[in-house]
Amino acid sequence: MTVGRGERLYCGAVETGRAQKEIIVEVNGREIRRSVEPRLLLSDFLRHEADLTGTHVGCEHGVCGACTVLMDGEAVRSCLIFAVQANRRSLTTVEGLQAPEGRDLHPLQEAFREKHGLQCGFCTPGILMTLIPFLRDNPRPRKEQIREALSGNLCRCTGYVKIVEAVQEYVSRTGGGA
Amino acid sequence: MKHIGKPVRRNEDARLLTGKAVFVDDVHLPAMLHAAFVRSDYAHGRIVSVDTRQALELPGVAAVYTAEDLGDYWRPGPLLVPPPPVEEKTFHARTQVPLARDKVRHVGEPIALVLAESRYIAEDAVELVEVEIDPLDAVVDLEQALDEQAPLIHDDLDSNLSAEVRQSKGDYQGARRQAAVVVRRRFEYDRGASAAIENRGIVASWDGRDQHLTVWDSTQAPIPIRNGLAEMLGLSESQVRVIAPFIGGGFGPKIMMFYPEEVLLPWASMQLQRPLKWIEDREENFYATTQERGQIHWAEIALDAEGRILGVRDDFLHDAGAYDPYGLTVPINTQCTLLGCYQVPNYDSHFKAVFTNKPIVTPYRGAGRQHGVFVMERLLDLAAREMDLDRAEIRRRNLIPPEAFPYDNEIIFQDFRPLVYDSGNYPRCLERALEMIDYDDFLSRQQPKARREGRLLGLGLVTYVEGTGIGPYEGVRITVESSGKVNLVTGVGTQGQGHYTSFAQVAAEQLGVGVEDVRVVTGDTREFHWGTGTFASRGAVVAGNACHNAAKDVRRKILEQASEALEAAQEDLVLEEGKVYVKGSPESSVSLGELAVRANPLRGAVRHGAEPGLESTSYYGPEQGATANGVHAMIVEVDAETCQVKIVRYAVVHDCGRVLNPLILDGQIEGGVAQGIGNAFYEQLHFDQTGQLLNASFMDFLLPTALDMPDLDMDHFETPSPLNALGVKGAGEAGAIPVAAAFAQAVEDALQPLAPGLEILEIPLSPNRLFEILSEHRDRRDDGRGDA
Repeated sequence: MTVGRGERLYCGAVETGRAQKEIIVEVNGREIRRSVEPRLLLSDFLRHEADLTGTHVGCEHGVCGACTVLMDGEAVRSCLIFAVQANRRSLTTVEGLQAPEGRDLHPLQEAFREKHGLQCGFCTPGILMTLIPFLRDNPRPRKEQIREALSGNLCRCTGYVKIVEAVQEYVSRTGGGA
Repeated sequence: MKHIGKPVRRNEDARLLTGKAVFVDDVHLPAMLHAAFVRSDYAHGRIVSVDTRQALELPGVAAVYTAEDLGDYWRPGPLLVPPPPVEEKTFHARTQVPLARDKVRHVGEPIALVLAESRYIAEDAVELVEVEIDPLDAVVDLEQALDEQAPLIHDDLDSNLSAEVRQSKGDYQGARRQAAVVVRRRFEYDRGASAAIENRGIVASWDGRDQHLTVWDSTQAPIPIRNGLAEMLGLSESQVRVIAPFIGGGFGPKIMMFYPEEVLLPWASMQLQRPLKWIEDREENFYATTQERGQIHWAEIALDAEGRILGVRDDFLHDAGAYDPYGLTVPINTQCTLLGCYQVPNYDSHFKAVFTNKPIVTPYRGAGRQHGVFVMERLLDLAAREMDLDRAEIRRRNLIPPEAFPYDNEIIFQDFRPLVYDSGNYPRCLERALEMIDYDDFLSRQQPKARREGRLLGLGLVTYVEGTGIGPYEGVRITVESSGKVNLVTGVGTQGQGHYTSFAQVAAEQLGVGVEDVRVVTGDTREFHWGTGTFASRGAVVAGNACHNAAKDVRRKILEQASEALEAAQEDLVLEEGKVYVKGSPESSVSLGELAVRANPLRGAVRHGAEPGLESTSYYGPEQGATANGVHAMIVEVDAETCQVKIVRYAVVHDCGRVLNPLILDGQIEGGVAQGIGNAFYEQLHFDQTGQLLNASFMDFLLPTALDMPDLDMDHFETPSPLNALGVKGAGEAGAIPVAAAFAQAVEDALQPLAPGLEILEIPLSPNRLFEILSEHRDRRDDGRGDA
């Protein structure tokens, strides 16, 4: 019998004997203080410690871009960063995108809905978080620049056509900028 | 039509865009344990021992299970799709097991299940499980699988033959004797992965007090999973609730069942009395999720002197992988779809499916159809070249004419029904595609000009059919609630196809409400528990028509109630904007909410036999599938030095009957084309001779990015299907089906100045592979010259 049934039913925190480090992180304007294992990925920290499950994990090796969040305003792949590296940094996830008063969506999200820039929606939060700093730095991008900016995010449903259209729609509606 | 056919924005988007939509990995339950699997490092071998002692010592590990620990629960999975009633067939069902017991048959086959307080600890523990395997030679090459010396994958069989099927019509040999031209070639179409961005996942929670099991599963078929789990676990179906929440892309492999993880997690949750979660990681996905493609064809076409098809003969090998739970669906699709849009009076198709030491093959978007299209379209191209006929012309001469429908192909399709095309106008689609791609101008001006400038420009032109919307059935329940809002529930799961919107459109059309007023619930067996699943491009056809029927019935009930309430004849009533009024007097109206309350009173008498509420449940089961069709045309430019291919233009003409939502339809086609391009030029699973997958990561298995995808020029015709009330045909797989055939033709065309007579007879390609093909061609030509 290889099963430790019954005698190993832990509830709550487990003493693993591994070192923990306390970190303070600002996420979407809220300060979070936690003790974490140094090996805890930022993506897991956001999803499981901060309960912000809008950040998705698609490949765990930095290729698909689904886990993209902003760290001090720049897009980073949260599966390639340890939570301890985010200590005393400011993070923004898709949940932190603000809708203008009286609206339910940020204008970039609105453009994605308008142009059908998402299907299953799994890669979408990462794409939005990639585009936010891109559009801040390139308020009036050409189509080729948009494609280039999206080229580090994999989408398996849309073929990217309507994502590109959504970005163009956003740019024409807002006159650029994010 | 007020809603059907309109580019309605999707109801589900706000939740997805704000990160609030719940995917399986977003489900977190108190006291939940996390699972990780010990998987085979070998493609083929005998298990000598599995030692879990060290793993169990690790703090935080709750349990480790091996095949032995499963007792009577260990048994091979069910045969998901039995073979269709074809006369000449052999089929050996050998289905996957929950944990390998005596033998491993592909890399990544699960051997032990570890459960721990966190995924991190579970993976640490996986490293501590010692597995000793006595390796056996692996069967990797399709053509060697049936050799007498080949090692046996299933020891109780005489060979590695999984299945053998022959279907034919007419007399091919007789036709061949009449032929002016016969073209015969070997074609190869290798494996790929569906690579949904969300990997698979399961959360299972057994509540010992309530005696109830809840399972969140990234499946395309929650109801069959519920039924199967109840049976396996000895529970009543009412004790099991399966929820397929938002799913991050399905594409076919998520309807495979039962995956070992689906069998094990619910069982282990009952053993441990704790909720459990397993989320597949990307590397696992390359082994543990089913794959597709992998066929070799020896095909022959016979034509008369005018280029009319007299007959086609095809012999092919199909790679089933290590087990064959999905029966014959993929190779039967290939066999049937090969006939395409053409009149083929004589057909002789024979295939052998073989077991190999590779992950299991089940349908992935297109599900074998693209193989048939590739073979047929390539044969036509080669025949056209041999006869010095124009590519468009040879197709034109062979298309089924519009007046020939319903058109009986005289063979059996995957839905066990005769392959009969219901409707279509194939010539119109072909002519439109030629116009959109500027066919004549390309041949007479653009290509010659490019060639003079030393640029390699080529065109591909391919037609295809897609058998869609097959049975058995789906069901829908529609309820008008006392708020006046509409609730629509159905058993089919949704993986991004926009069901929350297209089904709402169909209901809103009948019920006089806004699309946003219809709340759609899919994929939760507690809400609706009859149905089969989302596959074979059937959601809009099968569930869509069930929606239509249920909505019509609710409309009838609304008008009956309103007629009493307003004391007016039903013919005089208008139902719109959530209320009913007598024609001409909109000021005295009654709202749907009020009528819903009237239909479900708390006191007083109701008519004898009356059913409460404004509600109806309806089922739709088509007698046979509806056949969509289309034409893809593309222009590519090949860089002679790097062999990189750039798609310069891409045109799609498509006919899937009545369009429910053009925005969603275009999205389906675009996504399909992207997967087709990936399949044609980027995605290939490379197995070595020991069965090891050499590129099991997104670093090495390349999906197309935004830079690889062209803009599409798209046009739709609507030839309504006479088979269903809405007149719809499916569209989910259409985009992916013809791409590889068109790509091969275009690249071959482009390369002719560099390599006259070059033929491209395989998929996937890549810059490397193209370079090799060019070199091989050059060597052959040089050899030929030497002989002369």
